[in-house]
Amino acid sequence: MVELRAIYVLWLRDLIKFSRARERQIGSLAMPIMFLLFLGFGFSGANLPGIAHKVDYVKYLVPGIIGMNMLFGSMFSGISVLWDKEFGFLKEIMVAPVSRISIALGRIAGGATTSLVQGLLLFVISFFLGFSFVPAFSPLRIVLGVVLMVVFMALISLTFIALGLSFASNMRDAEGFELIINFVMFPLFFLSGAIAPITTLPPLVRILSYLNPLTYAVDGLRAALLGLSMFPLLFDLVLAVVFAVFMVSLAAFFFERSESV
Amino acid sequence: MPAIEVKDLVKKFKDALAVNGISFTVETGGCFGLLGPNGAGKTTTINILATLLKPTSGYAAVAGFDVTKYRNEVRSNIGIVFQEPALDSKLTGKENLEFHAMMYGIDPATRNRRIANLLDLVELTEKANVLVQNYSGGMKRRLEIARGLIHKPKVLFLDEPTLGLDSQTRRLIWEYVKKLNKENDVTIILTTHYMEEADYLCDRIAIIDRGKIVALDTPGNLKAALGANASLEDVFIKYTGKTIRNIEEREKIW
Ligand SMILES: Nc1ncnc2c1ncn2[C@@H]1O[C@H](COP(=O)(O)OP(=O)(O)O)[C@@H](O)[C@H]1O
Ligand SMILES: [Mg+2]
Repeated sequence: MVELRAIYVLWLRDLIKFSRARERQIGSLAMPIMFLLFLGFGFSGANLPGIAHKVDYVKYLVPGIIGMNMLFGSMFSGISVLWDKEFGFLKEIMVAPVSRISIALGRIAGGATTSLVQGLLLFVISFFLGFSFVPAFSPLRIVLGVVLMVVFMALISLTFIALGLSFASNMRDAEGFELIINFVMFPLFFLSGAIAPITTLPPLVRILSYLNPLTYAVDGLRAALLGLSMFPLLFDLVLAVVFAVFMVSLAAFFFERSESV
Repeated sequence: MPAIEVKDLVKKFKDALAVNGISFTVETGGCFGLLGPNGAGKTTTINILATLLKPTSGYAAVAGFDVTKYRNEVRSNIGIVFQEPALDSKLTGKENLEFHAMMYGIDPATRNRRIANLLDLVELTEKANVLVQNYSGGMKRRLEIARGLIHKPKVLFLDEPTLGLDSQTRRLIWEYVKKLNKENDVTIILTTHYMEEADYLCDRIAIIDRGKIVALDTPGNLKAALGANASLEDVFIKYTGKTIRNIEEREKIW
């Protein structure tokens, strides 16, 4: 009960702060929109290897860019615990009579909600940038697709907030932040098949793609929204769940060990 | 059972021996002062007692619970006003207090009443709905004190609580702390460099320098040891060989 309330309070705090951060909301949508505009229109009509001919590239891109947006938003919100540390607020959280697990879960819940809101917003915007469902989709299939999309979005969120939190728990301050952006976030993105099929990657690099949690989530998003994917949908779903559970446990473990002053 | 028990406590950082084997006990309902120059190890001691840092060696217990083994139990018995800012600047003053009250499981009616009273006490009622990032240093400090008092803990740590406040607000805070200590039986551990503050609030004072306790007694006895007219300031100089320095530097934080 106490623990649940703490999770709720931490979640609420994230939401209140998010609703006030106009620049953050706009800023985090600017990049995916530009990707869709420039890549989408730039390559529309081009025949990219590994993509079925009947799918326009913009449509192929939308699930990938939604995945990217979720990845970036989630990693940032996981790492944002370092800002709490910098401003001293982490101490206030850490002396509360609440288990570290609940604190970690509260953060993850808050971050997941805000990045989910952004992902859904991006999904709506994508219809103005050339996305549409396949004509063959029945209304039921569309509803099912959207539900599955939300599930995969939530799993991406959990996985990468937890990863961000794991990094933050092992860092004293925000100094290593850019390193993580450049050497973790961008590789995760490029190796996930978000903008081009991983079958076009050299075999050795492709192994990294298979180890990347985002690969399966992006593939699952494509299955949900376009009805086309590399792996069976269920396989994507199971792997995404496994990665999420693993990452959240890892984050809880690191967070429990971390010192807050 | 004493409210606080510390035995041979040591904390080593990579490049510093911050706490070098201190021992003391504080009885339930007491007010214990830690007086010492900058860098003496006061904040480190408090952080260990509040479960934020793990000691290198030694024993410490709060409300009967070992601080390394029963962290959750310790936490549910303490409140703390940190020396350095620990507010969420993107929330309003009132939201900061509400966050705290909710984390400590205070019911809504009590929460609203206490928050209103405390905002009044620290004279922030009018600024309650302003984002903390727009507060002045003194306002933040006052808000922080109000927050530490919301949940009426068994043991309250005050790490240089009135640093940087004007003397009028300081007086108000003292009265409230004294009332909390005497009427509600809240045990208080206070660090300060205001002699007056330790003298007025504390029934026992430890003078700490370079991680060691160099004197421990009642304010009266400490003063008496130096002659009838000695002030705590004199006591401090006698035991540590210095006045309390770097005060201006520290006040810059606020
Ligand atoms: N996190 C830390 N890492 C390394 N050294 C520290 C840390 N915190 C405090 N110290 C050092 O420990 C000593 C005691 O500091 P502190 O407890 O803050 O003193 P006080 O509160 O009495 O001014 C100082 O020399 C300080 O530099
Ligand atoms: Mg200090």
